Amino acid sequence: MKNKQRNHCLYTLLFFTFVITEAIAGSGKLLATSGITQIEGSGGGGIVPWATIAGYGSKDEISASAFYSQANLDDYRLHVLGANIGLYDRLELSVAKQTFDLTSLGGEIEQTIYGAKVKVYGDVIYSQWPQLSVGIHHKELKHPLIARALGAKNTSSGTDFYVAATKVNLGFLYGYNTVWNITGRFSKGNELGLLGFGSSAEKDYQFLLEASVGVLLSRHWAIGLEYRQKPDNLGLKEDDWVDAFVAYLPNKEFSLTLAWAKLGTIAGAKKQDGLFLTMTGKLW
Amino acid sequence: MVIQLKALCLITLLAVSSCATKQTSLYDSIGGQSKVEQIVDNFIEELQFDQSIYPYFADSNIDRFKEKMSEHLCMSIKGPCEYTGDSMVQVHSSMNINETDFNTTVDLLIKAMTKANVEHRHQNQILKHLTKYRKEIIYL
Repeated sequence: MKNKQRNHCLYTLLFFTFVITEAIAGSGKLLATSGITQIEGSGGGGIVPWATIAGYGSKDEISASAFYSQANLDDYRLHVLGANIGLYDRLELSVAKQTFDLTSLGGEIEQTIYGAKVKVYGDVIYSQWPQLSVGIHHKELKHPLIARALGAKNTSSGTDFYVAATKVNLGFLYGYNTVWNITGRFSKGNELGLLGFGSSAEKDYQFLLEASVGVLLSRHWAIGLEYRQKPDNLGLKEDDWVDAFVAYLPNKEFSLTLAWAKLGTIAGAKKQDGLFLTMTGKLW
Repeated sequence: MVIQLKALCLITLLAVSSCATKQTSLYDSIGGQSKVEQIVDNFIEELQFDQSIYPYFADSNIDRFKEKMSEHLCMSIKGPCEYTGDSMVQVHSSMNINETDFNTTVDLLIKAMTKANVEHRHQNQILKHLTKYRKEIIYL
């Protein structure tokens, strides 16, 4: 029943994505320079939030997008459904619902992530220095039982703070455009927060580094690598995450990203690797 | 002896390759003047069909625009030309161009280059040279 509801919601979102096109259309950015949507709902790569404001809206425009991600791992499956809005290429607001299915053990964990990001400096392509933004992810965990059983300190909510710097260099690599991003995050989240926040041994915020590099092979195809450092508050050998992605951006309304994600040990289950798919569609 | 020969070969190779890189400008790589003119022609055509950008050019003398833009493009990509037009600030100062229009125009330029069969990598290098003038074009 739950699955049905989720699918219904997804189809509705996709329907609107395709039907409502350029009505109040913010499309003033160059193709493939808006990035895609990361798993917490922010404009970014696949797992790392970037300094870019989601959508193609420029300084004079508003742009909203909806997205759906799914990662199929050996013992788990992660679904993320969400939406974000970019206001005047300055402020980004987002909401994302993560559902983490424990396919081997049975059961699921759900959390909702509210995000905000403000651009503080620059233009990802045109300024001399990288575009710089600061942001937060406020996470509300719905199913606290597993987090509690594993020893998390807080099992209801947590807030991450991050700073991101992103730069697109035109013609940088043998004439190909490149993008790089580096993000520093303060977080207490165990496995993004799905396993709660902190532990009795680790109560404080930790500083974590995240990075992405990419090459735009054409106006429509990009490839890249991502890295996200993770804490190990629960002593469960939580691993850093890496992925390699291919993104297809046929137009400014839709993008499709396929990644091979290496997520390591999650809650004691080793070698959680798998395919990770993200679809982002423009709402307006 | 063998080492000396090898070294000599290496030095010759380096000399030749550095000469080669010096000689090939972006202008030459894309095919010189005829390609520049083709890009500018296509660009003007794109402008004329774009409702949001055309008004900026409605009162322009198209022949003069074509000549000056060809010179400017040629000069920007290290071709043997001199730009004889007004400064970028002078040209754009009364136009009140915003970021959206600037980016739309870049999209039109990309279309113009694609129609002129300019290789993707050369397109990026041309954009890199031309977008240096962004500050002298928008929000004046």
